[in-house]
Order: sequence, then C-alpha cells, then structure tokens
Amino acid sequence: MNTKKALYNYCLRLADNNLIAGQRLAEWCSNGPILEEDLAMTNFALDYLGQAEFHYNYAAELEGKNRSGDEIAFTRSERQYFNCLLLEQPNGDFAQSMMKIFLYSAFAKLLLGALTHSQDERLAALATKGIKEIKYHFRHSSECIIRFGNGTEESQHRSQFALNEIWPYTADLFEMNDTDQALISLGIAVDLNSLHTSWLLSVNEILNAANLSVIHNQHMYKGGYKGNHTEHLGHLLCEMQYLQRAHPGAIW
Amino acid sequence: MSTTDNQLPLWEVFIQSKSGTPHKHAGSIHASDKNMALENARDIYTRRGEGRNIWVVLSDQIAASKTEDEAEFFDPADDKVYRHPSFYKVPDGVKNM
Repeated sequence: MNTKKALYNYCLRLADNNLIAGQRLAEWCSNGPILEEDLAMTNFALDYLGQAEFHYNYAAELEGKNRSGDEIAFTRSERQYFNCLLLEQPNGDFAQSMMKIFLYSAFAKLLLGALTHSQDERLAALATKGIKEIKYHFRHSSECIIRFGNGTEESQHRSQFALNEIWPYTADLFEMNDTDQALISLGIAVDLNSLHTSWLLSVNEILNAANLSVIHNQHMYKGGYKGNHTEHLGHLLCEMQYLQRAHPGAIW
Repeated sequence: MSTTDNQLPLWEVFIQSKSGTPHKHAGSIHASDKNMALENARDIYTRRGEGRNIWVVLSDQIAASKTEDEAEFFDPADDKVYRHPSFYKVPDGVKNM
C-alpha cells in the first residue's frame, strides 16, 4: 500500500470513529436520564462530530477527487467504514453508553496523545486540538462509572452488565492492519500495541474503584478497521445517511 | 408516573467570566457531589466560552433573606442618597465602575 492511500485510510478510520461515536451519542438527545447528562452527552456528540469533520476534510484533500468531506462521510456503505466495533454497538441503557465512552475515551486519549508527535503535521495538529475534549470525556465517564459501581444494587448490576457486554469489543481497538504497517515506520501512525498496557492500567484503575470486574477469556470480536462490522452499523447508517441519499448534496 | 422529585441534590452555580472579575450566579444544576456538580456546571453553563472558573454550592447551604423582611432590611436605604459615591468625578480611563 502506498503512503498516500494508507494515510487516506488512516484519516478515514479516525474520522469514522469520531462520526459513529457522535451519531450514537446524539441518539441520546432528549432521552438522557437527567437534563445534565443529556446535555453532557450531546456536548460530547458535538465534540466528536467536530473532530470527524476535520479528519474527513483532510481525507478528501488526500483523495484528490474533488469530493467533499461530507460526501465521504455520508455516501459510503458499511464495508467502507473503518470505525471500531465498540462504537457502533447500540446504546443500550445509560450505563452501557457511559461504559462505551469510558472504554473508548481511555483509548482515544492515549492515541491522540501519541499522535501529537506524528510526523504528519495535520494529524499532529488535529490530535493536539482533540485531546482536550477527549480528556474531558474520559474524566466525566470515569466519574460516572465509579458512581454506578458504588451506587445502588441496580446501578451496580447494570454497570457490571454493561462491562460484560462491551468488553468483547475492546480488543478490536488495538487491531492493526496494512494501513498501520505502512505508516508506523514513517512515524505517521501510532503502534497500537504500544498503547495497550497503558490503556489496561487506566481502565483497571477506574474499574477497581468502581468495584467492577472484567470477565476474562470471552470471545473477542475484531475487524472494524478492515471494514468487517457487526450488524448494527448498517442500521445506524440507514438512519444517518437517509437525508444525503434521498437529497444528494442537501445543505441548510 | 410518580411526581416525587427523584433528581439528585440541587446546586447553585457561579461562573467567573475572566480572571479578576467576580463570580456571578448562572443558575442551578443537579449532581450527587462536588465533582459531579462542577462537571455538570461546566457542561451546562460554559459551552459558549462563558467561563474561566466555576464555583458550586449546595442550594440548601445558602442562607437567603426572607421576602417578608424586605421592608425592614432594605427600605431604610431608600432615602440615604448620600451613601452613593455619586458626588465624585470618575477619572478618565477607570473601568468597571
């Protein structure tokens, strides 16, 4: 794979992760358990959408086919999306959504931290801008998880259930392919293996404080970065892409 | 549906817009403790760049004067115009007066 194609794919992965995270969080709009959390989650959704836009626009430039970032975001089919499996999972209850943000932001915080040193200046600049938002998502979701785990019997039960449901999608976050191989030696992409230990440490610190425990030896699902998705992504795209598919190029 | 309040405790939020200026009451939020109150206040009241610093305090920890005390508390000040420093000229260039 040549460098430009790899960089394009890498941008898409970063953009798709942000877009799918934003779309799922936006589904909470007006459905939050309390007003404060409703606003927090839609704030996060906008943070992710903002980051997605920058990465799609960069991808569009790299592609050089005169497509806009929006076209790339809204007109691909599911096998052409490179987001991780964790983020496309349905929201479930509040505990499951918060668990997803927690596990993902713990990863994204490390990824963006490393990307601030990328040899690609655009990626480094976007990482520097984005990491402030991600750090806050991690902080807020961590605090929620700790409270769930130490709260009522129901909140403890629901958060442990959430962890059991979502954990099997976490190995996928660290799954590398040709795209990574082509860019790591150039200092553009991050070797995801190098983040795994730190991720486990920061995640376990919070889970311990929350009295929640990981069930080990579960089957781990993988393939998101290669475009192999769970059945949930197709349904998400149907809803998300409807307007652009029905009215191509619509703006307001 | 139950009509009882199942929200978390109520907190009052005070936002400082820039350093050196006083914190101003922005509104209230629900939260289970101080950290959560600060985060919720951040998410609700500083989304458009309104703040540099946040104070939160449990609403039931604020002592407020009573409406029925209004007359004896405040009316006596009405006819004491000499307490206003309005007989001085403010030099040019003095801000925030």
